[in-house]
Amino acid sequence: MEKLTFEGLQQRQKALSEKAASAHVSQLLICGGTGCHATGSIKVIDAMKEEIRKQGLTDKYEVVETGCNGFCAMGPILVVHPEGVFYQKLKADDVPALVQEHLIDGKHVEKLLYKDPNTKKRIPLQDDIPFFSHQMPRVLRNKGLIDPESIDDYIRRDGYLGTAKALLEMTPEAIIGEVKTSGLRGRGGAGFPTGLKWEFASKSPSEVKYVLCNADEGDPGAFMDRSILEADPHAVIEGMIIAAKAINAHQGYVYARTEYPLAIRRLQKAIDQAKELGLMGENILDSGFDFELEIYQGAGAFVCGEETALMRSIEGKRGMPRPRPPFPAHKGLWEKPTILNNVESFANVAQIIVNGGQWYASVGTEKSKGTKVFAISGDVNNIGLVEVPMGASLRSIVYDVGGGIPKKKKFKAVQLGGPSGGCIPEQYLDTPVDYDEIAKVGAIMGSGGVIVMDEDTCMVDMARFFMDFIQDESCGKCTPCREGTRRFLQLLEKICDGKGIPEDIDALEEMAVVIKDTALCGLGQTAPNPVLSTLRYFRDEYEAHVLEKRCPAKRCVNLLKFEIDPDNCTGCGMCFKACPADAVIWKKKEKAVIDKEKCVKCLTCFAKCKFDAIN
Amino acid sequence: MAYSTHPQHPDIDNEMWASIDEIIGRYRHKAGSVIAALRECQNVVGYLPPLLMDYIGRGLNLPPSDVYGVASFYALFSMEPKGRHTIKVCMGTACYVKGIKEVMSRITNAYHLEEGGTSLDRRFSLEAVRCLGACGLAPVMVVDADTHGDVKSDKVLDIIETYE
Ligand SMILES: Cc1cc2nc3c(=O)[nH]c(=O)nc-3n(C[C@H](O)[C@H](O)[C@H](O)COP(=O)(O)O)c2cc1C
Ligand code: SF4
Ligand code: SF4
Ligand code: SF4
Ligand code: FES
Ligand code: FES
Repeated sequence: MEKLTFEGLQQRQKALSEKAASAHVSQLLICGGTGCHATGSIKVIDAMKEEIRKQGLTDKYEVVETGCNGFCAMGPILVVHPEGVFYQKLKADDVPALVQEHLIDGKHVEKLLYKDPNTKKRIPLQDDIPFFSHQMPRVLRNKGLIDPESIDDYIRRDGYLGTAKALLEMTPEAIIGEVKTSGLRGRGGAGFPTGLKWEFASKSPSEVKYVLCNADEGDPGAFMDRSILEADPHAVIEGMIIAAKAINAHQGYVYARTEYPLAIRRLQKAIDQAKELGLMGENILDSGFDFELEIYQGAGAFVCGEETALMRSIEGKRGMPRPRPPFPAHKGLWEKPTILNNVESFANVAQIIVNGGQWYASVGTEKSKGTKVFAISGDVNNIGLVEVPMGASLRSIVYDVGGGIPKKKKFKAVQLGGPSGGCIPEQYLDTPVDYDEIAKVGAIMGSGGVIVMDEDTCMVDMARFFMDFIQDESCGKCTPCREGTRRFLQLLEKICDGKGIPEDIDALEEMAVVIKDTALCGLGQTAPNPVLSTLRYFRDEYEAHVLEKRCPAKRCVNLLKFEIDPDNCTGCGMCFKACPADAVIWKKKEKAVIDKEKCVKCLTCFAKCKFDAIN
Repeated sequence: MAYSTHPQHPDIDNEMWASIDEIIGRYRHKAGSVIAALRECQNVVGYLPPLLMDYIGRGLNLPPSDVYGVASFYALFSMEPKGRHTIKVCMGTACYVKGIKEVMSRITNAYHLEEGGTSLDRRFSLEAVRCLGACGLAPVMVVDADTHGDVKSDKVLDIIETYE
């Protein structure tokens, strides 16, 4: 295929948008993200294509498989574009009626519309649904609107204009200047200023340099990077090309989690398409600048998200961190100057170049500019991927966007920053999304995982959970982290088992200081955070476990009696029906009793009992 | 091209050896490609018997200790044979908060399986994995290539039973 020049790109963009405007074709945007694939969207897409053909509507409607729409818990999702009607939880069987009623008769299909969990009202338009209306899509501007496997869809929406501008009109200094003006800080967790990082690497003298993208997304409960790659892979590619020009590198790698096959496939396809059009490879857009990009798959080690470990892993070695300095900007991959940025960081760059750093910085707080993508999950009504301006409060994320806590349960805490982060309780929910403000209340911005926890979550158990993760993922290179996390875990397990003594709590606090100060890499240095933040806000729960041998949230198996309180039991029988071990003895209208011999302590009945009768 | 005579192994047939040679051929001149080569070979055989790792090492011109070192560092690699079906239960935070503990204990009890273990009849291998990136559907379980969302402890066995 013919390689594009700048004029060629502009003409193509113009032709594509004119065609879209004149064609009078509505698009049926069906989500094809990992989440919706799992809930059956491929069948819905096939059924839709078939029905459109059968009804002779192919010249009026086009079925488009998009990346993650964002509202994953409601999948499979269809948005009728441009009118913006949102249908959720579709099944292939719903399709014929939907085509007849909506597309032919022009009526909404009520039962497939979104129902607000609080007002119980149906809301037809996506933009009116609170989950969407409080967001500000910038990084996610193409999310759910384009086919991520079509480069023309991307070009139509001003794709590659940032690359063109950077390669043809800007010097490396100008690019770095614009990124510095934007105030963009790394979205992978630490929040280091991106422009500054690029400046260091640009000044590092070397013929060979590398641009790396961190798509390892190791924090459990985070799926921002996966969704970006699945929904808009070219945005990430553009960011990398522009970074390459800024530091004068000609080779890049995306280090991707192997657990993300769909993201990897779409990214590879995007790279291939970009190459075909001359937007990647030699002499991009006839600018004289060359850049090649390869995907490198990880192999399931959390610590490889750490920058020096990631580089070792690309070199084919065990992914163990090394001390810094030397910093990667001087000695990185294969000992050459290297920059590493997160997926979301790169996905911001092209728009900063097109619209200017000032435009970017017009949103946000004094020290945290632009928007941030979060993955909200846990005990919250609206689970999914969201993008809000920096400065929005955590409360608005949990309640306005997230729709609050389901089943009338009480909010307990929101966890930010994964295993390096912390829990924030109710009294600090008005904290704004801002790197420094979040750090003040004992958590970190992190990469964007937001896990909402209700009153049934045991905070000691959560601390144990994170420590189990860290202990398991510690690479073992340095003693404070290897031994310290093991000791931490032992203590937490002891407390959860009801064998804790008051001194154990003090020991946790003392050890935290040692690990923080002496561990080699971020994994060990931040390992105590989940313990410290839960101790800070939920010390009473630790004390209940230690002093009263009681787990207030009823999650720690060894502190539970597995007895039913006859005063609270209504005899509803839910526990009986749910028990996998036939351990509940119950007859209609009688109170239930647990046969402790048979009980396997699976906790299923605790979740089922609505009357809090099981102890 | 074979990189030394093919050793005998009950789980590796001639067709597999041919694929393995093809993989090594592609990577032998590429620095740092041992992880990719191990991954692809594991996809062919299902796991990495020591004798296969030795063979890969010879093919890539690496000492066996380097190959073992890498294979044992990364969780993706298994040196034990797997069951016909692999059950991956997500132990990520979102799934944990949504009750994956109950799901896991159902599975371990029903099939007398341990985390990381394989059932005696080699029907199932059970793995606890960290976040599958489908947290929107938590709790999540992946059996072979199928992602199952919203798996509650009272439904999980029905799902698993469909995999013979
Ligand atoms: C243990 C550990 C795991 C990490 N995992 C990730 C990750 O999965 N994704 C990521 O982008 N950054 C991760 N980081 C941060 C990276 O080391 C690095 O700071 C980041 O990728 C830089 O990009 P940014 O400046 O654009 O954020 C991790 C750091 C540590 C210490
Ligand atoms: S702090 Fe932990 S993960 Fe980091 S190098 Fe030391 S042992 Fe490895
Ligand atoms: S804990 Fe599990 S096994 Fe025990 S009674 Fe409840 S449901 Fe049955
Ligand atoms: S679910 Fe609760 S209230 Fe209902 S029978 Fe069981 S213990 Fe009693
Ligand atoms: S995967 Fe479909 S909405 Fe996220
Ligand atoms: S925590 Fe289970 S899929 Fe993310």
